[in-house]
Amino acid sequence: MFEYYLSLLVKAVFVENMALAFFLGMCTFLAVSKKIEAALGLGIAVVVVLVITVPVNNLIYNNLLREGALTWTGMEGAESMDLSFLGYLSYIGVIAAMVQILEMFLDKFVPALYNALGVFLPLITVNCAILGASLFMVERDYNFGESVVYGAGAGIGWALAIVALAGIREKLKYSDVPAGLQGLGITFVTVGLMSLGFMSFSGVQL
Amino acid sequence: MGLRKILDNMEPHFHKGGKYENWYALYEAVDTIFYAPGSTTKTTAHVRDGVDLKRMMITVWMCTFPAMFFGMWNVGYHANMAMAAEGIAAVEGWRGALISLFAGYDPASLWDNMIHGAMYFLPVYAVTFVVGGFWEVLFAMKRGHEVNEGFFVTSILFALTLPPTIPLWQVALGITFGVVVAKEIFGGTGKNFLNPALAGRAFLYFAYPAQISGDAVWTAVDGYTGATALGVAAAEGMNGLTETLTWWDSFLGVMPGSMGETSTLAIMVGGAVLLATKIASWRIVLGVFIGMFALSSLLNVIGSDTNPMFALPWYWHLTLGGLAFGMFFMATDPVSASMTNTGKIWFGILIGAMTVMIRVVNPAFPEGIMLAILFANLFAPFIDHFVVQANIKRRMMRNV
Repeated sequence: MFEYYLSLLVKAVFVENMALAFFLGMCTFLAVSKKIEAALGLGIAVVVVLVITVPVNNLIYNNLLREGALTWTGMEGAESMDLSFLGYLSYIGVIAAMVQILEMFLDKFVPALYNALGVFLPLITVNCAILGASLFMVERDYNFGESVVYGAGAGIGWALAIVALAGIREKLKYSDVPAGLQGLGITFVTVGLMSLGFMSFSGVQL
Repeated sequence: MGLRKILDNMEPHFHKGGKYENWYALYEAVDTIFYAPGSTTKTTAHVRDGVDLKRMMITVWMCTFPAMFFGMWNVGYHANMAMAAEGIAAVEGWRGALISLFAGYDPASLWDNMIHGAMYFLPVYAVTFVVGGFWEVLFAMKRGHEVNEGFFVTSILFALTLPPTIPLWQVALGITFGVVVAKEIFGGTGKNFLNPALAGRAFLYFAYPAQISGDAVWTAVDGYTGATALGVAAAEGMNGLTETLTWWDSFLGVMPGSMGETSTLAIMVGGAVLLATKIASWRIVLGVFIGMFALSSLLNVIGSDTNPMFALPWYWHLTLGGLAFGMFFMATDPVSASMTNTGKIWFGILIGAMTVMIRVVNPAFPEGIMLAILFANLFAPFIDHFVVQANIKRRMMRNV
C-alpha cells in the first residue's frame, strides 16, 4: 500500500510534472519566477491549495456529482441522477474559496510574501494547474487517499519546476540575450529547454 | 617577432571604422591563439593567472584525445569484426575507396581498425566543427563578443557522444540546436545554463531516436545489430552481460557504443589531466561517483525479481555506457554546473544518483547520464542559492 502511494507521488512530481510535462499553470509559472524567494512562496501556496482542493473536490464528486452518487439521500430517482455537468462550477468554487482563505491568512501572518506575490495570489484561482489537477483526479477515478497524494505530488512538482526556473532566471540576469528575445521570449526558450531536461522521466513505469 | 608585427599591422583594419570591422571577432581569435591577450580587468575583481579561458578550453580539448583515438580504433575494430563475420570483403562508396588507399580490413591490425574508424569519426567531427563553428563565428561577429575556444570543447564532446552510423545532416542539425538555442541566444560562452553539447545530443535523441538509440546503430556495418552493453544488461541481466563481456573489456572499452564513450581507461587518462590542472572540479567528479556508488549499492541490496538492472554493481555502472565520459567531461563544464564548492558535491551526487535511477527504473532509456546531467543543470543555480543562503545564515549566527 505504502509503495503504491509512493509511486503515485513520484509519478505526480516528476513523470507527469504539471509545468514541464503538461505545460499547465504557465501564466503564473512565467510571471512569478524572477526571484527564488517569491517562487518558493508561490510554490508552497500552490502545494497547500492543491492538497486541500483536490481531496475536497474528490469528496464532492464522489458524494454529490457522479452518476448515482446521491443515492444516500434516498430521493426518488437518485440512482440515475448525474450531476457531473456541474463539475467545473463546483471545482472552481472550491478553489476560489480556498485561495481566498489562503490570501487572508498570508495577508495577516506573512505580509512580506503577500506583497511579493501581489496579484498572482488571487490568480491562483484560475491557475490551470490547480483546476487541471482536480480534473485529472476525476478522469483517473482516484479515491480519497489517492487524491490527497496526487494533490501533494502535483503541487510539489509544480513548485519544484518554478523554483528551478527562478534559479535559472536569477543566473540569466548576467546573460547577454538579443534584444528581441529579452524578457518573456528567453523565458519561454528556457522553459522549453527545462522540459528537455525533465524528459529523463518520461516513460518511467511505476 | 615577425608574426606580432604582421598582426599589429593588420589590427587597425579590424577596429571600428576599419575596412574589416565586421570580422574583428575572427582577428581577435587568431591573435589570442598566438599571443596572450593584453587586456586587463578594470573593476574590482583581479585574478592573475597565465591560463586564460582560451588555454583552459584547449586543454580540455586535448584531454579528449585518448578517448577519441581509442574510439576510432574501437569503431573500426567492431566494423571489421562484423564484416569478417558476415563475409563482406570491402566497404562500398567513398569510405571504401578511401580505406583501400591506406589500409585493409583486418580486425587484428591496429592500423586497419584506426583508418576504418576514422572514416566514420572524422566526417562527423568535421561536420560538427564546420557547422557549429559557422554559428559561433556568425554570432560572435554580429553580437560583438569573442569567438571562444569553448566551441572546440563543445564540438569534440558532441561528436564523441554520437554513434558511428549517425547521418551527417542530423549531426549538423544537432550541433546547430546545441550552439544556437542552448548557448548563443543566451549570450555565448559563460552565459548559458545547459551544457550545449548535451542539449544538442538530447535534441537528436528525442527528434530522431531511430538513428541514435537501439541496437542497429552502434556498429558501422549495414544491417548488423549489436546491442550496447547496457542494452544487454537491461534485457538479459547480469548473467547475459558477463557471458558477452568481461569487466576488463568494458573498462578498456572494447565494446559497441558511442564513438568516444566506451573506454573508461582512456577517459580516465584525460580526466586525470583535467583534475591535476584543476580545470575540472574534483568535487563534481567525486560527487557523481558517490551518487552512483550509493544508489547502485542501495538498489543491489533492495533487489528485484523482475528488473535485472537492480543487480548491476557499481563497478559495472562505472564502465558501461557514458558514465565515465559524462563524469569527467560533461558534468564538470564550469558554466552549467554549480558554482559553490558545497554545491558542486551535491550537483555531482544528483547526477550520479539520477543516472543510476534512469538506467535502472526507466525502461524507455537504457542510458541515463545525458539526461541526468541536463536535469542537474536545471537545478544547479537552485543548489547554489541554498548553499549561499546557508552560508549567510551561519555567519549571522556567528555574529549574534
